[in-house]
Amino acid sequence: MSNHVLNQPILYTQKLTAFYGDFQALFGIEFHLNIGETVAIIGSNGAGKTTFLRSITGLLCNEPSSVKFSGQPIGASSPDEIVKLGIAMVPEGRQLFPSLSVEENLRMGSLSGRSGQWDLRNIYELFPVLKERRHHGSMDLSGGQQQMVAIGRALMANPSILLCDEISLGLAPIIIKDIYRALPAICSEGVTVVVVEQDIRQAMAVSDRVYCFQEGRISLEGRPDELTTEAITHAYFGLEDAVS
Amino acid sequence: MSWIDAILQGTLLGGQYALYAAGLSLIFGVMRLVNIAHGDLIILGAYIALVCVEMLGLHPLLSMIIVCPTMFAIGYWMQKLVLNKTLGNDILPPLLVTFGLSIILQNVLMEVFSADSQRLQSGVLDTASLQLTDELTIGWLPLICFVTAVIVIASLQFLFYRTTMGMVFRATSDKAEIVQLMGVKKDRVFALAMGIALAVVGIASVFMAMRTNFDPSVGPGRLLYAFEAVIIGGLGNIWGTLLGGIIIGVSQAIGAQINPGWQQLAGHLAFLLILIFRPNGLFPRTKD
Ligand SMILES: Nc1ncnc2c1ncn2[C@@H]1O[C@H](COP(=O)(O)OP(=O)(O)O)[C@@H](O)[C@H]1O
Ligand SMILES: [Mg+2]
Repeated sequence: MSNHVLNQPILYTQKLTAFYGDFQALFGIEFHLNIGETVAIIGSNGAGKTTFLRSITGLLCNEPSSVKFSGQPIGASSPDEIVKLGIAMVPEGRQLFPSLSVEENLRMGSLSGRSGQWDLRNIYELFPVLKERRHHGSMDLSGGQQQMVAIGRALMANPSILLCDEISLGLAPIIIKDIYRALPAICSEGVTVVVVEQDIRQAMAVSDRVYCFQEGRISLEGRPDELTTEAITHAYFGLEDAVS
Repeated sequence: MSWIDAILQGTLLGGQYALYAAGLSLIFGVMRLVNIAHGDLIILGAYIALVCVEMLGLHPLLSMIIVCPTMFAIGYWMQKLVLNKTLGNDILPPLLVTFGLSIILQNVLMEVFSADSQRLQSGVLDTASLQLTDELTIGWLPLICFVTAVIVIASLQFLFYRTTMGMVFRATSDKAEIVQLMGVKKDRVFALAMGIALAVVGIASVFMAMRTNFDPSVGPGRLLYAFEAVIIGGLGNIWGTLLGGIIIGVSQAIGAQINPGWQQLAGHLAFLLILIFRPNGLFPRTKD
């Protein structure tokens, strides 16, 4: 949890929608992110969390003004332009490049050409095991190590906002702890972080603020200490479950 | 001795086929695009060389200085303006569009240059040869072509595995969507790859035009050799492409040795046999 949050939005979305063909996946999302804070997005499978991150990073195109970054409309910008502005993503399922070595995967992250604190040396300090394995193919690594590469690759873009999509998915609890241990170091470099997390407890523990998504809408927003278990359960599972 | 001669000449001819195939292999490797117009682009390059030789009086080999950059530009813009729009999850649109391009190219070349057979005269190189033993001689031109093929393949290998551009090519080949999240314009990567592929085609064009007669209709035949070499070598394997070219060249030479009419047939038979026993080619790319 970061203690240098400024109450000044660096990014916000207005009436953000998303479609896959005729299927509407997001309905008018109003979301904001203050400089320096860590925000968690929770929600059940298919709630639209990944779709939301894909919209911010430009993988899904939108109205220009539906996403604003430092006041600038970026809703219709392309992914390569958006990462150059300083928004990097650790995509769901890690999405490493299998033909590339660990170090090459990390170097891919620096192609956006942004300067800053993060370089290979810092990433290897953050995740020492990657240094030992830097010449290995990225697919030779364990799941946890692959996740470290994915995080390192995003950091190499020296982002001001880091979006992490389910970085703990499919990993053993002890590995998840390892990975989340890197978060304070990342935040102390002044990076604003969004984590999408299925594990509600983990999300509450690391974040300053939580959003809950449900069927393409934000069903709850608040600080972890303000939210009751009841409210979260309701927002997470929706009305039908409360009835049945 | 005539068998050794056949194998030797076939190997050198294989260099020519490898040059046809290298560009096709590169394009397939980076963007999974099967370019049906590849053979006709080889012929286009040959006509560009012809124009350079006739208008500027350049030696055919020197015409590459103009042919290769021109072909690079054609490839870059063809990819950017036309082919990028066809790439997606469906493999049919790029096939159809490049098939269309193939027909358009043939017709335009026919219109501009007529159906007359052409050839680039290379002066002494046409006949100059190197006496290895009493019975073995090799032509300088086939030798230069083979050495060039080896250099081109080695350069492509270097580009792919030792440079940042090559790293981006490999990453794009793996996951084109994710590459964009790294700040890379994937359309530009594809255009660059096509540009480089057609620059290599330019080299192949000039050697072809010096060694054989050509006219606007012979492109599809070159495409076939290029395909066979790429598939024999294993899709996406650059050195395998050279070996694929050599296998076709040697098979043709041996076939011709047995019966002059069997040259083409022997090459295609070798291809079929390898497909039956190694459907993925001799050296398929393993990291997939
Ligand atoms: N490529 C796609 N094509 C069609 N529908 C999709 C696609 N990706 C996701 N969806 C649908 O959009 C909704 C939201 O999915 P997603 O954003 O992946 O949810 P989450 O990340 O919260 O699990 C789901 O109903 C899912 O089925
Ligand atoms: Mg998801």
